[in-house]
Parts: sequence; C-alpha cells; structure tokens
Amino acid sequence: MDLLEYILGKSNYWASIVLMMIGLHAMISKNNLIKKLIGMSVFQTAIILFYVSSSAKRGAKIPIIHPHGDHADKADHAAEAGHHAADAVHHAIDATAYENPLPHVLMLTAIVVGVATLGLALAMVQKVYAAYGSIEEDEVLAAIAEATANGASISMPSPSDSPAQGDVSPS
Amino acid sequence: MSEQIPLLILLVPLLGAVGLGLFALRRPAAAMPVVFGALGIAVLAAIHTLLRIVDEGGSVITYNLAGWDRLPERASGKAIGIEYKIDAFNALVLVLITAVALVNALYLRARIAVECAGKEILYAVLYLLLVVGLCGMVITNDAFNLYVLLEISSLTSYALIGIGRRRAAHASFNYIITGTIGASFYLLGVGYLYMQVGTLNIGDIHEVLTASAELRASASVKVACMMIMAGLWLKMAMFPMHGWLPNAYRYAPSPSGSLMAPLVTKVMVVVMLRVMVNLFGLDYLFAELNWRPVIVGLACVAILAGSLLALAQRDLRAMLCYLIVAEVGYMVGGAWVGNEAGITGVAYHVLSDACMTFCLFLAAAAIILRTGEHRLGAFRGAFQRIPVAMTAFTVGAFSMIGLPPTCGFFSKWYLLQGGIEAGQWHYVAALLISSLVNAVLFFRIFEIALFGKIEVPETGVRDVDALPRDTWERVPAATKVGLVVAAIAVIAVGLLNRPIALWIGKALNFIEVAG
Amino acid sequence: MKAFASILVVVLGAVLLHASKDFPLLGDAMSPANNHPVARHYIEETVNDTHVRNLVTAVLADYRGYDTMFETVVVFVAGIGILAVIGVPTARIRQNENLGSTRQFGVDSDLIILQTCRLIVPVLQLFALYVIAHGHHSPGGGFQGGVLFGASYILLALSGGLREALRRLSESLSFRLAAFGIVLYAGVGLLSMALGGNFLDYAVLDRLLPGDVAMARSHSMLIVEAGVGFTVTTILFVIYANLATRGNLEDGL
Repeated sequence: MDLLEYILGKSNYWASIVLMMIGLHAMISKNNLIKKLIGMSVFQTAIILFYVSSSAKRGAKIPIIHPHGDHADKADHAAEAGHHAADAVHHAIDATAYENPLPHVLMLTAIVVGVATLGLALAMVQKVYAAYGSIEEDEVLAAIAEATANGASISMPSPSDSPAQGDVSPS
Repeated sequence: MSEQIPLLILLVPLLGAVGLGLFALRRPAAAMPVVFGALGIAVLAAIHTLLRIVDEGGSVITYNLAGWDRLPERASGKAIGIEYKIDAFNALVLVLITAVALVNALYLRARIAVECAGKEILYAVLYLLLVVGLCGMVITNDAFNLYVLLEISSLTSYALIGIGRRRAAHASFNYIITGTIGASFYLLGVGYLYMQVGTLNIGDIHEVLTASAELRASASVKVACMMIMAGLWLKMAMFPMHGWLPNAYRYAPSPSGSLMAPLVTKVMVVVMLRVMVNLFGLDYLFAELNWRPVIVGLACVAILAGSLLALAQRDLRAMLCYLIVAEVGYMVGGAWVGNEAGITGVAYHVLSDACMTFCLFLAAAAIILRTGEHRLGAFRGAFQRIPVAMTAFTVGAFSMIGLPPTCGFFSKWYLLQGGIEAGQWHYVAALLISSLVNAVLFFRIFEIALFGKIEVPETGVRDVDALPRDTWERVPAATKVGLVVAAIAVIAVGLLNRPIALWIGKALNFIEVAG
Repeated sequence: MKAFASILVVVLGAVLLHASKDFPLLGDAMSPANNHPVARHYIEETVNDTHVRNLVTAVLADYRGYDTMFETVVVFVAGIGILAVIGVPTARIRQNENLGSTRQFGVDSDLIILQTCRLIVPVLQLFALYVIAHGHHSPGGGFQGGVLFGASYILLALSGGLREALRRLSESLSFRLAAFGIVLYAGVGLLSMALGGNFLDYAVLDRLLPGDVAMARSHSMLIVEAGVGFTVTTILFVIYANLATRGNLEDGL
C-alpha cells in the first residue's frame, strides 16, 4: 500500500497508539505516584481517541438527526425541533450522512469509568502520603521497610492503633 | 415471572447497596442484616436458576435487556441491545459467587466493627456491589458490558482493600495501576475486534469470525485476541504479572481478603473461558493461532514459581496468596491445552479452587484471630486450641494437595487427563511437582500443629506481627458455622464431580458453535 | 525498570501499529463498524422507535440502557470508595456541630470573586438543567448536565469556601441523592418488569406515560437521564470535597 496513504489515512491510529505507549510508559516506569496516574489518564484517553476516531465518516454530521433532512441552517429549526421532530422525519435517513453513534456511547461510559478510577486512585495516593510522608515509590518502599523493621504490625489492629471514634458516615 | 428471576441475582444486591446509601448512612447496625438479606435472596435466585436449567436439560436462558429483540432475519438477525446468556456452567458459578459471599458475611459480621470501625455501611455497600459486578460479568453476552462490570468489580475491590490500615493503601495503589492496565488492554482488544467486526455481541462476533477466513487470518484479530488475553491475565494475576496479588490480599482487611481471594481471579478465568470458547472459538485459537506451546509453557512456569514462592513464605497469608498464583497457572495451562478434558477440567477447577481457597483463607483468618500470630508458629498446638478452624484448614490443605475425596483431587484428575491426552508432558509434570510441593508445605504445617516444632530456627528477632495476648479472641460461633460450611462444600463439590463435569460439558458444547 | 518499560512500550506499539494495517482508513463510511446493520439501524430507525433525535442519548439510555445503569453505579462506587478510603470519622461529628452556626462566608473569600460567582452559579445550574433536559434534541444528557451541575457546587466551594457549599449540599444529602439516582434508574426498570416486560423495557411503560410507545421511550429516557444527573452531580461534589480536604471536610482549597 502507498506509504503516504498508510501514514496519513491512518493518522488517527498512529496518534492514539503513540499516546497510549507514552501513557503506558509513564504508568510503568515513573517513580512518582501522581505521574503514574497522569500516565494512566493519558493511556485511557488515547484508547478513547482510538474508538471515537473509528466512528468518523467523511462529510458526515454529528449523530443528531436533522429535523428537516439535510438542511444547512440548523439554527432556525432548533426552536421547532422539540415539537416537530416526531413528524418531521418521514423520508429515509441516509446512514452515511451521520456518524456512527455506537463508539460515542461506549466512550461516554469509558470516560466516566476513567474519572471514577482516577478519583479513587488519587484518594489512595493521599492515604499513602498520610501514612508514609512521600509520594515517590522508592521513598515509600523505604519507609515501609523501616516501619516493618521497627515492629509495626501489618494489617491486624495493633493495640496502639485504636479504632476511630465515632462514625465516618457523612454528616 | 420466573423469566425475571435470574435478574434478581443482580438486582437485589444492587438495590440493597443503594438502599443502604439512601436510608442507612448513619445506622451502622443496618449493614449486616441488609447484606445477609440481599445475598440470601441472591443465592436463592441463583439456585432457582440452576435448577431450572438442569430441569430443562441444560438449556440456555437468553434475556434481552431493555426488551430489544434481535433485528428480524431479513435485516440481518443481529442483536441491537444487550443480552445475557445463562447456561449450566454460568449458573453454577453464580451459585458459587453468591454462596461464598453469603458464608463470608458470617465472618464479616464478627470483624466489621473492628477492622472497619465507623465505616460499616460503606464496607457493606462495596461488598454488595462487588458481588453484583462479579455475577454480572459471568452472565453477560456483550463484550463492552463485560468491561463495565469488570470495572465495577475492580473499583469495589480497590476500595475494599484500600479501606484497610497501614500498608493496605500502597498495596491497593499498585493493584489500581496493574488492574487499570489490564482493563484498558481488554478494552483496546475489544476495540480492535469492533473495528473489524462491527458488533459487540459475543455471539455475533463469533458468527462473523467463523464465517470469514480472511478475518481469521488478519493481524488485527490476532492482536485483538492477544490484547484481550493479556488484559485478562493481568487481572487474574498470571505470572509474571502477579505482583499485585500477594500484597493486596495480605494487607486488606481480613473479610475482604477472604471474599476476594476465592472469587476475583476465578471469575476472570471464567471470563477467559468464555472469550476462548464463545467469542473466538476453540478451533480458531488452536488451529489458526499457534500459541499453545508458549502459553502452556508460561503456565508451567507460573505453577512452579507460585508453588516454590509459597514454600519460601513464612507468613501464612502470603503463602496462601502465592498458592493462588500457582492455581491460576493450573487454570490458564489447562485452558490452553485446549482439548475437551482440559477445558472441562478448568471449568471444574474454577468451582473447586474457589471452595478450597475460601476454606483456607477463612480458616487462616480464624487462626490468626485466635492465636495473634501471622506466621507459621500460629499453628502450634492448633488442633487443641482451635479445633474447628484447624479441621477446616486441614480439609482445604488436603484439597490443595489433591487427596480424594476432596474437590482438589478431582480437578487435578481432569487437568492431568487433559494434559496427557494432548501430550503436554511439561504441564503434567508441573502439576505433579506442584502437588508434591504443596504436600511438603502443608505437612510442614501439620508437623508444627501436632508436634509444636518450627523447623527454621528463630534468630532471636521477635515476631513483629504477633499481637499481645489481650487482643486474641475466641473464634465467633458464626465464623465456625462458616468454616464448617466451607469444609463441607470442598468435600461435596468433590463427591459431585461427575454430575458437575457432565453439566459443564453440556454447557460448553451447547454454546460452542459446531466447527 | 525504565529500560524494561521502554522496550515493552516500543515492542507493543510496533505490534499494535502492525495490526492497524488492516484497519479502514479514517473517515471510511463503509468500514465494518460503520456499515454494520446494527449501526445503520441506530441511525435510520431511532427517531421512529423513540422520537429522540440525539442518537447518542437514544443508544445510551435506551438500547444500551443496562450499561448506563452500571456506569451510574460506577460513579456511585467511586464516591463511596473515596469516602471509605480517606474519610475521617471524627471530623464529621465536628462538622455536624459547626455547620449550622455561621451565616457568613469563609474568612478567606475575596469580595469580587464571591459576587461574580454568586451571579454565575444560578445561570450555570440552569444551563446544566437545560443540558440534561434537552439531551434528546441536542448534545447533552444526564452525564454532561450532571457534571455541569456538580461543577456549580464546586465553584461555590472554590469561591465562598467549602463550608458554604456543604451548607447547601451536605455530604449526607449528596449520598442520599446519589443513591436515589440509581433507585430512579433501576426503579424504571423494575416498573417495566412489574408491567410484564423485560428489565428496562420502556415500551411497556406506555400504559402509564402519555403518548404512544415511542413517546413513552422518550419520556422514560428523560427520567433515567434525570437519575443519572442526580448521581453524577452529587458524587462529583463529594469527590471534590473529600480530595480537597483529605477526607476531613475542613477548610478546603
């Protein structure tokens, strides 16, 4: 296949794969916990880019059906859209005129999942910081080793670890 | 109405969890009753579903969510909504998940106020939602829906581990990083497949792949398969990507450990089986892709590494965690041996390993509770001090070693059969060696229990994890009940191995499209 | 570690790119994904089936509504999880005592910022409600509008102090509303089951909702999107409140 076509015609795949690899590299090799999370974000966003770019169609509109067919001026119809949408579209809709909605839907879900994971991971980093005073992986591991050598218990509640008073349920 | 009962397995715990969030945020006493109630109903619904499928001779229950039936045949017959499919094997796994969660709740009841003080309701919500995620993953027939439920299970497990003290947060963070890479690889693999096939419904994807030799030969489908497998292996702690598991399950609060250790990795294996059998199809995987030698070899390394690392551990829970890594090796190897005996063996092993891991983890938690020690010294005189827990531990240990009539024996039997039939002698050897190593491991423990000796001489450093005498507790009665149920299950699943294997065979053949 | 990561990344990237040679070109309308009967069905028949012109909302809330329900549960889990991991018990009891006592804004708030934000917040919230409600006909929906609405509370917290925002939307109320959002979603599904259809089958709800079957789908989608909006709004605010204060809800940024 023509090399130019291969690179330009598939530029979206190149872009998303390069971004994915940057993100993956950060997740694995960075020492700082927050940088790992930034890598995670980049990685997930690159996958989202991959999916969404697959839904593109040359010359197509966004996946919202026009009330009166392929009318160029959308603004006029916006007001009547709510009432007339139901009876406006009698003629067949050309599937190539609108982008594929399915990847958009899937990626809405993926974005939400990514945000949720990021939130939870950030909370975890805060907890690690509160326990060990650092967010660099090597320093944390050193602090853990020191704590173990000094006689801290692993996970069972030790006598010095009094259970928190009261309820953590939201006030 | 009975059409809707399978859905209750998912809906009742879900509504229980949100109900707690809605009404009981400041009433910690409500946590356990709701957990018991919701899981009890879920278990009953799962058993009902299983009995219905067995009664109907192994039929498959298909359910279209949101009422969208497939497109009419003239318009291609494809699925436009999401559907789920339950066959005999899935139904067994559903019963397993809900039952283990329910029995574990007996133990949870004793520990929740101590290990998660002030956060009981939050813990209960996460607990119930983990069960929802796991059950949903098992029955869904849509590749993307599987991803969403995978993430629900993952997020709840991250939180159930991170809620613990001390090292739990760091262990959970590592789990988050590895788990997210795994889930994202899975998503990428599904994306690659979607680009070539155009649908997300597992059955439809299989149809398209079977029909098109060109697709089967293409690099993108191969890479998709690779990415999906890699993602699932990351999530099931397949060696060498197992690093997150020992720390995560050791430092988590003990009820979390005893819930997740038996279930999470096994459900990932079930998903892997589903992907192999239903999505790609065994003939594609074994005739066209020639990965079997590599993967079975990797599995053998996993088995040996897991067993030897377990042998090297001095901490009880760490030892059990490495045994899980070895068990995952059994399952991945057995699945990729690829013949009917192998796959049936893996499916049966999912059930049996879950039971025995649960039994061992629960017994270990009870022993640690009673003796205050994390290390093997905890077993000194255990048969007299903690008879119920020690007996349950013994049953679990026999199962791990592979002695009849426990389920471990029968699952090893099927796996060995599969390995021998396929001529995978390194796999057979690895299984036998690991049984030997397990025997050494557990008999060492029995020696300590019966004769009170510890082989490794103490070097004068005090056991840093030993708890002072006044925190030791007698094992609560409810936990004893749980231990007895777990031990009985290990033996029962073993004795029932013929009917279970029969139903598994039916289920997997039923869905495996001819060819 | 860095060397291993670099090698892994280069090899993996090369493999992934190699596979992409089979892929359709960017913008190809006849690719397997874009030309699939199901994708065509979504574009061609959605308006007839559901009277909703925004295809993404229709697929999200109706055809794949089951997925969206679990997505909402994911958001809820994130909120509960963050509270479980870093929530500090004692701080909440203190909060309870202090919260009702003062009417003034936090001491650090700047007058210009405060007044500007007081003007912006209501408009932002109105716009957020518009985005949720108009998600059927223009880009929008429960998630998008919910994020805007949650952002309005975060803006309030940033400008006037976290305490002010908590007075208007306490953490306890947030979780209740979040759970309520899921109950709303699952409730619509249960109602369908009770009326004889499958879970989340909106067609059978046309007995209760005005209009024909297609309009019933449209209305149910709105209810479901509202549920999603509740959950996303409140959980987003809870995530902010907890992360900004390391779980103890004092002061904040």
